[in-house]
Amino acid sequence: MSNAHHPAPAPLGGKLVTPATVILAALAAIAFIILGIRFVFGLGSVTNINDGYTWGIWVVYDVMIGSAFACGGYTMAMLVYIFNKGEYHPMVRPALLASLFGYTLAGASVIFDLGRYWNTWHMFWPGYAQVNSVMFEVAVCITAYIVVMWIEFSPAFLEKFGLKDLKKKLNKVLFLIIALGVLLPSMHQSSLGSLLVVFGYQVHPLWQTIMLPLLYLMTAVTIGFAIVIFEACLSSSGFKRPLEMHILTKLSRLMTWVLAAYLAVRLIDLAVRGALGYMFEASVEAFWFWVEMALFIAPLVLLAKPADRMKPAKLFIAALCLLLAGFMLRINSYLVGLETGPGWHYFPSVPEIMVSIGMISLEILGYIVLVRYLPILPKEETI
Amino acid sequence: MKKQKIEMLENHDGLVALEKRLGVSRREFLQLCSAMAATMGLPSGAEAAMAEAVATKKRPSVIWLHFQECTGCTESMLRAEHPTLEKLILDVISLDYHETLFAAAGHQAEAARRDAMKANKGKYLLVVEGAIPTKDKGIYCKIGGQTAVDMLKECAADAGAVIAIGSCASWGGMPSTNPNPTGASSAGEVLGKVIPNIPGCPPNPYNFLSTVVHYLTFGKLPEVDKLGRPLFAYGRLIHDNCERRAHFDAGRFAMEFGDEGHRKGYCLYKLGCKGPETYANCPAVLFGDVGNASWPVGTGHPCIGCTEKGIGFAKPIHALADLKNIVPPLSFPRIVEEQGKGASIGALALTAAIAGAAAGGAAMLAKNLGKSHCPENSDAPAKQPEERAES
Repeated sequence: MSNAHHPAPAPLGGKLVTPATVILAALAAIAFIILGIRFVFGLGSVTNINDGYTWGIWVVYDVMIGSAFACGGYTMAMLVYIFNKGEYHPMVRPALLASLFGYTLAGASVIFDLGRYWNTWHMFWPGYAQVNSVMFEVAVCITAYIVVMWIEFSPAFLEKFGLKDLKKKLNKVLFLIIALGVLLPSMHQSSLGSLLVVFGYQVHPLWQTIMLPLLYLMTAVTIGFAIVIFEACLSSSGFKRPLEMHILTKLSRLMTWVLAAYLAVRLIDLAVRGALGYMFEASVEAFWFWVEMALFIAPLVLLAKPADRMKPAKLFIAALCLLLAGFMLRINSYLVGLETGPGWHYFPSVPEIMVSIGMISLEILGYIVLVRYLPILPKEETI
Repeated sequence: MKKQKIEMLENHDGLVALEKRLGVSRREFLQLCSAMAATMGLPSGAEAAMAEAVATKKRPSVIWLHFQECTGCTESMLRAEHPTLEKLILDVISLDYHETLFAAAGHQAEAARRDAMKANKGKYLLVVEGAIPTKDKGIYCKIGGQTAVDMLKECAADAGAVIAIGSCASWGGMPSTNPNPTGASSAGEVLGKVIPNIPGCPPNPYNFLSTVVHYLTFGKLPEVDKLGRPLFAYGRLIHDNCERRAHFDAGRFAMEFGDEGHRKGYCLYKLGCKGPETYANCPAVLFGDVGNASWPVGTGHPCIGCTEKGIGFAKPIHALADLKNIVPPLSFPRIVEEQGKGASIGALALTAAIAGAAAGGAAMLAKNLGKSHCPENSDAPAKQPEERAES
């Protein structure tokens, strides 16, 4: 992981107990209390999910969107190690840390949502696992990726605890782990779309397409760029560090290209399936489709000129729009555009929302604590 | 006995005489005989035979012994409110010895018993009520200086038939409950054979009466199961004829006394009802002649299994019955599922608050980012300390 051209990462230091961390910890604590109720009294006691909408925001947000937002590590690893773009190296560790939290919590969230959570181990047990299921692929793949990411990230721990020998040994095989770290997300991020293909006619034609795996994968990659930019802006603002604009500008250029490609695939797919007309109907689905598409198109408009990509505010807004767009695509295809039969309704309950907020809080809290404690962010003075 | 129709008996001499003797209308008497025949599942024509037999035959001599019991069986027979029944019991049979109902006392009573036994040798009907203590040579129950064991053996020796009435005489009943200090045993155990018995605490008087009338009519006792219980009364589980059976099948259970399910008359299985392992016709014939629901389960109390050895007075009342066939699951899936609610005001407000906080935080952040980072000098880290909302 070492690269002579860049400043070595170093712990940020500083106070751990601040108003912000206390609030985040309180929100996380509320989530754990609600989860305690859920595990004792069952899903029905805290969530609004039902037989028509079996997946609420604990799956659609915490898992689908949470793991997509955690694709920064995937995108950065792909860029640096596959396309050999060494200049992005300083972004790898922070991105990986955010991804690590995102995925670990997404994996945990799956268990929150499993009605018979005590059977979770069945999916890893050869006699029980249903190997032809898309869910099986997603579950095993995400689990493997979480393990891979912890190994990928372990040099940060090893440096901190001075285990140089172990780090040396790990470095010899790390290329394998990193290869896996790129392969696995490509598999399951597309499979999250395949899950919807299986839903068939229950998903609105604006979203139901055999191209969904590709659409989900492409948005995961663009979200990976967007989240790196977004997090860089947040941590620069939060920790009062300078922005690495030279890197972010280049990243944003790549991001817009992938985004443009995505939009092309999306619109061509709609046209080929003859589904373009649905967006002009007076329906809830059409409205949210326009919101989603507007959010996808906004970054292209915002970052159209090279000069715009140099402005942090525009970069930040563009990244935020793209994150919201990816959010809307998943909410739309899994909840808004899903119709399982007459009479079924779903809107998350307050406890459900509080758990999702708690998970996000826990993620941010963990990130703050670890960057202060472990060598993750590049040393400031050398930039 | 020639087969005949019950309608033809209307002007039968015996019936006319019976009407005068008992003060019972002929219609009412014939109805009773039909009901008894139907209760026992006898073929058509049997009711006429029974009516004729009761009306004309010499009443059989009955010797009724009391041992370790509460006299509840006798009481329930006498308290039966069917207008003519108590008269019929006393008229259908010639009750020559019955400690509760005797006017005579002491040696006079014992003499009456011995006289009846001598006069009707080999023909009298012996009814045993109560368990027989066998421990310490049976000293725990004596009548006129004679132990219960000796008395039973003496009376049974020359009896035409022996019938045990009530759970105590049938299988030991409440006196035989652990630790059974007196060694209480059933009449059958003391006599060393299976005897016809009418268990119950108390048993239904009609089951007893039907059995006696069967004996009177056909000269033999009705068909019994391997425990000696008449099949017409004890051939089926209470569970099979229970009026609450539909609730059991639908999975609707009273979970505690007085809860909603209990008030609505749901199945009492989960309160410990022993109906699923108890053979008796209680739900079919009811108790006390007061009509609908007049039996334990009908009034909301779980069956305690009083007719069954090893269940009544042995198994705790709250203990679950062992089901003979299907055991219900802890819960059943609902037929109609809740289809979900729309957004609550709280959830909408919270969503709006998050969206607002995110938008506000993002706008502030973007503004400050723009301020501190001119594209030309990206190394000017002049940022204002600021709280921000997470999106």
